[in-house]
Parts: sequence; structure tokens; C-alpha cells
Amino acid sequence: MQHTLNRWPARLDLLQSLSGLLLVLFIWGHMFFESSILLGKDAMLWVTKMFEGEHLFGQPYPLLVSAAAAIVFLLIALHALLALRKFPASYRQYQRLNQHVGSIRHLDTTLWVVQVITGFLLFFLASVHLLVVMVQPDNIGPYASSDRIWSGRFWILYAFLLLVVHVHAGIGIYRLAMKWGPFSAATSGLWRGRIKLTVYCIVAFYLCLGTASLVTYMRIGAEHAPYAGERYDPAIHGAAR
Amino acid sequence: MNTIPVRQQRTLNINVLRHNPHDPESTPRMQAFEVEEADAMTLFVALNLIREEQDPSLQFDFVCRAGICGSCGMIINGRPGLACRTLTRDLPDTITLAPLPGFELIADLSVNTGKWMRGMAERLETWVHAEGLEQLDLDVMEAPMEPALAQQLYELERCIECGCCIAACGTAQMREDFAGAVGLNQITRFRLDPRDQRSDADFYQLVGDDSGVFGCMTLLGCEDMCPKDLPLATQIAFLRRRMVAT
Ligand code: HEM
Ligand code: SF4
Ligand code: SF4
Ligand code: FES
Repeated sequence: MQHTLNRWPARLDLLQSLSGLLLVLFIWGHMFFESSILLGKDAMLWVTKMFEGEHLFGQPYPLLVSAAAAIVFLLIALHALLALRKFPASYRQYQRLNQHVGSIRHLDTTLWVVQVITGFLLFFLASVHLLVVMVQPDNIGPYASSDRIWSGRFWILYAFLLLVVHVHAGIGIYRLAMKWGPFSAATSGLWRGRIKLTVYCIVAFYLCLGTASLVTYMRIGAEHAPYAGERYDPAIHGAAR
Repeated sequence: MNTIPVRQQRTLNINVLRHNPHDPESTPRMQAFEVEEADAMTLFVALNLIREEQDPSLQFDFVCRAGICGSCGMIINGRPGLACRTLTRDLPDTITLAPLPGFELIADLSVNTGKWMRGMAERLETWVHAEGLEQLDLDVMEAPMEPALAQQLYELERCIECGCCIAACGTAQMREDFAGAVGLNQITRFRLDPRDQRSDADFYQLVGDDSGVFGCMTLLGCEDMCPKDLPLATQIAFLRRRMVAT
């Protein structure tokens, strides 16, 4: 009997959760690198150089950044393809889901719909962001990023992306815990409450961190608008601060 | 002077979604009834009052009126629940009742959960599988079971197949072939049973796809609305882990 088992449904389910987990860990880590600007332009420059491998190889390889973005892009594509299986597949399914969600007034069910919608939005928002990073990996830095955000008006994209990605990641990690978590029947409800509370706090924290960073980039970008395009050089600009 | 506040008697407005699919004249419609609330009144009592005093044609199911038979499941103000275990004092003045969605409608509030449950049981083979059951001597004492294990089994056996978890589940509402929490819970119950000789690979063949455990999207409506408070989330997560490890 053993050899006739079709293991693909199990693998796909695991892969969906695994890709989601990796993406959440990525975005939560990414936030700290991105918000290095809060510690100043030099700190962010250091992080930029680190990702280009300059501290390791002595000279920058922006291709490393492109490669990292490509991996995240592939991960998102995989995750989205797997998630697509769960979308309502017909108008009838959509209708029944809609009616169900409307009448049942159940938070976790509603959160799933939020996850589907934010996931759908992420497909566009995250893709644009990642494509820009992939195509212009060398165009990242205290001034380069700020100019893109302010003079290039990318702040509109990033403000949406920030909110959407953290809501999606928060719900996702909560669902992951409930989907796989080995809680005993007696403590499952307790853990569910604790995890929910923790996730609320984490999402709130990242939204604050992200907003603070974005506002900082916008401020730097606005100040630097007349010289947009010029790169940050600690030897020239660092002393001025 | 009497200062003890007397609870105001309420008049309940009970709206019932009525339809008889076997009557070609019938179209789905809401019908409103007024019922004087009494102390400790359940929806079971209210519906019987309506049927006795206002409309003998109203159809709904009851057997045990004690939350044991599972026949009185219905949608109460948008959520599934057992009518016999729902006190009107926990509900607002206006109560809307509808049949459980996802099951064949018999008429009004009566649905054929039995047919669905039987189909599920046959598909998931929810009975003890063992060699030589035919030759089993029923007069011989059964082998004893560890009390803790028996307790665990009993806990999962408490499901009354009321269908509330199917009505509470977005997945089951979208996908008609989804086994639902009731089915997945029963698989874990037989997996736990030492008398059942099936292996995890055997169970995988029954629930190892998107109409089984991998279809569940962990919306937890089942867990939150099971009137018997079965540990459905824990059981489904457990089954998912076991099936992935198979
Ligand atoms: C194009 C982008 C994306 C789409 C279309 C998408 C869509 C979805 C959908 C529909 C679900 C629910 C699936 C289910 O209930 O089984 C989901 C789950 C999840 N998503 Fe996304 N998502 C995207 C990007 C992301 C990103 C960037 C992250 C990380 C920050 C993420 C993290 C998660 C997690 C952890 C889950 C839970 C996984 C699970 O239930 O097994 N997703 N996603
Ligand atoms: S699991 Fe709970 S809600 Fe589902 S049929 Fe059994 S008793 Fe009813
Ligand atoms: S956890 Fe959600 S999707 Fe899974 S069976 Fe329960 S209600 Fe349905
Ligand atoms: S009448 Fe038996 S459960 Fe309600």
C-alpha cells in the first residue's frame, strides 16, 4: 500500500507554510536593515556596503543584492502559486465565502479573507519593489534611496507595502502556529490567545519602526531634493552633520 | 416597598427562513413570529410554541432536547448552534433562524445531516479496522484499556455529528468535498484506538489531500463553534503533522 501514496498534497502544504515562514523571517529581518537609517546615514551606508559584500571582498558587488532580491522574488512566486490553490476558484465559491464571512462574524475567518486580499495586493506591490532592487542594485544608499523615495515618489508604494506586508505576515505567522503547533488540547486556547497578543504587538512594533524609517527617508529626500542623484559620501557629507 | 427589580418580560421577534424544496410552489422567504419569552426558555421551547400555537407547518428537528442527539443544529443570528442548548436570554430581541448551510434541505430548519455524515463515514471509513473481526467472540470480555487512553478516546467520541463545524467552516462552505472537522476528528479518534490496526499510510489514503486535512486552512470556525467543545484545532494540527510525516 505504501508505494501508492501520493505525497504531493502533503509536500505542497508544507511548502506553502515553509515559504510563508521564510518570507516572514525575511521581512522581519529586512525591517532592521532598512531602519538602519534611524541610526544615521553612515549606519545605513555600512549596511548597504555589507550587502554588496564590500566588508568581505574589499570592493562592492551590487550583483549580490540583485541575487538576494531574485531569491526573495522566486520565494514569493512559489508562495503565491501555492496560495492560489486556496483562492475561491469560481464565482459560486466566492459567493458562498462572502456570505459565510458576512454572517458568521468570526475573527479568524475574516482574517483569512484579509490574508487573501493582502496577499493579492502583495503580488503587485512586492514585485515592483523587488524589480527595482533587482534592476538597480547599485542605486541603494542614504541619498540614493531617499531620492527615490521622495523625488521619485516611491514613498506612496512603500507606505502601502509596509502596511500590507506586515498585516499579511502577522496573520500568516499566527496561522502557522495554529496550523502546526503541537499544543495540548487543554492549553491550545491559552496559547492561541498568547500568540495572537504577541503578533499584535510585533505587527504594531514593525509598523512603527517602518513608519519612522520611511519618514526619515522622506525627510532626507526632501532636504536632498535639489541635489537628487548625487551619492552620499561620508568624507563630504558626513562632516556636515 | 418592593425594591427587587423584576426582569421585564420580552417579546421575542423570531424570523425563520422558510422553504420546502419538495413543494414546487415554495420559494425561500422569511416569516416573522412573536413569542413571549419565559424564564430559562430555549429556542427548542420557543419553536415548539410557534408550531403549537401559530403555524403547525413549521418544520424543524429535535430528538433529545439535551444536546446529545445532534439533530437541532441551525443558524442562529448568523452562527451555527444547537437550538435546544441555546437560551433565548442570551440572544437579542430579534432572532433570525436559518437551516445549516452545506446540507441537503428537507424543509424550513430541517436539514439532512444524517445523509452527509453517512457519506463522510463511508468515505473516511470511520470504524475499527482489524483482522478477524468476523470470528470475534462477543461473549468474551473485551481486553482492558488504560483509563487515560479510554478517557482520551471518549473525549473525541463525544462528537454528536450535529454539523455545526461544517456550517462554521469557510473551507467546507466553499468546497463540498471537504471532510470537515467532524471527519478529521473521527480519523484521529480511530488512529488513537488500539483496536484499529490501520497504519498512518492507510489514514493518509483517506485524508491526505485537499479534500482532507490539507484542505483545512485553519480558520478555526469549527473549534470556536463546536457545541460540544471538542479540541478540533489540536486534533487537526496533530493529524496534519502525522500525515506530513507519513
Ligand atoms: C505575492 C504575494 C503573496 C500572496 C499572493 C500571498 C497569498 C497568501 C494566501 C492566500 C495565504 C493563505 C493561504 C492559506 O490559508 O492556506 C497566505 C499565507 C501566508 N503568507 Fe502569503 N502571500 C504573499 C506574500 C507573502 C509574503 C511577502 C509573506 C511574508 C511576509 C507571506 C507570509 C505568509 C504566511 C506565513 C502564510 C501562512 C502560511 C500557511 O497558512 O501555511 N506571504 N499567503
Ligand atoms: S465536531 Fe462538534 S460541531 Fe462538529 S459535528 Fe461534532 S459535535 Fe458537532
Ligand atoms: S480549522 Fe477552519 S478550515 Fe479547518 S476544519 Fe476548522 S473551520 Fe474548517
Ligand atoms: S435536540 Fe438533540 S441536540 Fe438538540
